[in-house]
Amino acid sequence: MKKFLANAYLWLVIAILYAPILIILIFSFTDAKVLGSWNGFSFDLYANLFKGEAGPSLNSAIINTLLIAVVSATVSTMLGSIAAIGIYNMSRRERRLLTFVNSIPMINPDIITGISIFLLFVFMGVTRGIGTIICAHIAFCTPYVVLSVMPRLIKMNPNLYEAALDLGATPFYALRKVMFPELRPGMLSGFILALTLSIDDFAVTLFTKGSGGIDTLSTYIYADARKGGLTPELRPLFSIIFIVILVLLVIFNMRTAKQAAAIEAKKGGDK
Amino acid sequence: MNWLKNLLGNRRVWAYPYAVFMAIFVILPLLLVVYFSFVDEGGFTIRYFQKFFLATDSINTFIYSIGIAMVTTLVCLLVGYPCAYFMANKSFATPKVMAMLFILPMWINVLLRTLATVALFDFMHLELDEGALVFGMVYNFLPFMIYPIYNTLQKMDPSLTEAAKDLGANDFRVFKDVVLPLSMPGVYSGIVMVFMPTISTFAVAELLTMNNVKLFGTVIQENINAGLLNYGSALSLILLIIIGLTSFFGNDDTKN
Repeated sequence: MKKFLANAYLWLVIAILYAPILIILIFSFTDAKVLGSWNGFSFDLYANLFKGEAGPSLNSAIINTLLIAVVSATVSTMLGSIAAIGIYNMSRRERRLLTFVNSIPMINPDIITGISIFLLFVFMGVTRGIGTIICAHIAFCTPYVVLSVMPRLIKMNPNLYEAALDLGATPFYALRKVMFPELRPGMLSGFILALTLSIDDFAVTLFTKGSGGIDTLSTYIYADARKGGLTPELRPLFSIIFIVILVLLVIFNMRTAKQAAAIEAKKGGDK
Repeated sequence: MNWLKNLLGNRRVWAYPYAVFMAIFVILPLLLVVYFSFVDEGGFTIRYFQKFFLATDSINTFIYSIGIAMVTTLVCLLVGYPCAYFMANKSFATPKVMAMLFILPMWINVLLRTLATVALFDFMHLELDEGALVFGMVYNFLPFMIYPIYNTLQKMDPSLTEAAKDLGANDFRVFKDVVLPLSMPGVYSGIVMVFMPTISTFAVAELLTMNNVKLFGTVIQENINAGLLNYGSALSLILLIIIGLTSFFGNDDTKN
């Protein structure tokens, strides 16, 4: 009975959490302009979205979002991984200082990060545009990369790299063949984290995009919602994003579960 | 080639590009917030802080936002604690799946989530008022409350509750005297993690109430948008101080 009540409560909260998402999912299959009215089942909105008939500004917003995310996640991953190696080899005081600086963008609310970087660009007289958005995104994504690479470094045997050098490997070769494979999982999760953070960002983008008419999906949605009606094509887009994330998370979880099981099995074998 | 060898050999140096980058894009901007709040065309001034404290409008919004953030945090705690408790209890439910289900909505853009909430309220013909605002905030930030509590509860040694039971405590006393005190660190970090984003969001409140309710974040954004950089910076600095205090007390309590 207790178990039933506990489960009922959990599922009730989950149902409430998912109700809004479900509404959007359901109404992505009707071509009504206003959300909530049902015009009969149709795939029209999906078709419009893929044919690019939802309007050029939505298309460019999608492209901008992806472009900004890929560029800033790539740069963050490189900058952050190299920085993590450096921080790991620093003296304790230096490491403390940099770790503290690293945590600032993570604690700071988005709006403060956005406004402070906006002030920087105003102060330096830089015209805001896609470049400034990317710089800002790198600034708040890189700390997460550093944090995901760090545990790999701590777990790694520090002598491996030195051993490779002693055995005659050039530093670059040792880096590529010894260090990189060890750090790759951390870099990958850092990259994915940076990607999602960048795609998800709204506040920082809003303050750094300037008035040049560049929009990402977030700022497009914001402008659209403020005008009143939401572009109907956002419903299928939202549904697709949701399904993609759902599938990715399931795959990701299954993989980690499998890896955990493999490690357990190996441990059992070692005994 | 010698310099390259040195560079690869002394790996401390590798953190320098990042340090420089962070100095420019994190430290300097924050210093600029302080600078702009105290310095304008006429030199040093505390005019903008006076403006904030003397204008009943902005100070009211500020107090009101803190109130909304407190209510949101409280609701999150009341709804989230049982969730975390049931999830951490192995005899109930499948925690892995549940944990994933709670975090999944967080991967969706916060604006889309908010608009989905607006859609739900429209669909059910509910009014978009303060109730909607609190619901939307709770909806957005509930996982931030569940996670830290779930983590501390999960790490708790189960033999402690068993020992309490063996010593004759009933379920309520086991919870009150053993589980609850031990989960407090998680509760504190949950409170900080919900309170901070709630007080600083701006678009969420705007969309949820059709711009009827203004929160502090919205006021900051409007001032910056209107080009009132000095006043906007002063307001940001005030928000920053509140955030700093919250996280400071949060950390302090966790250590105890």
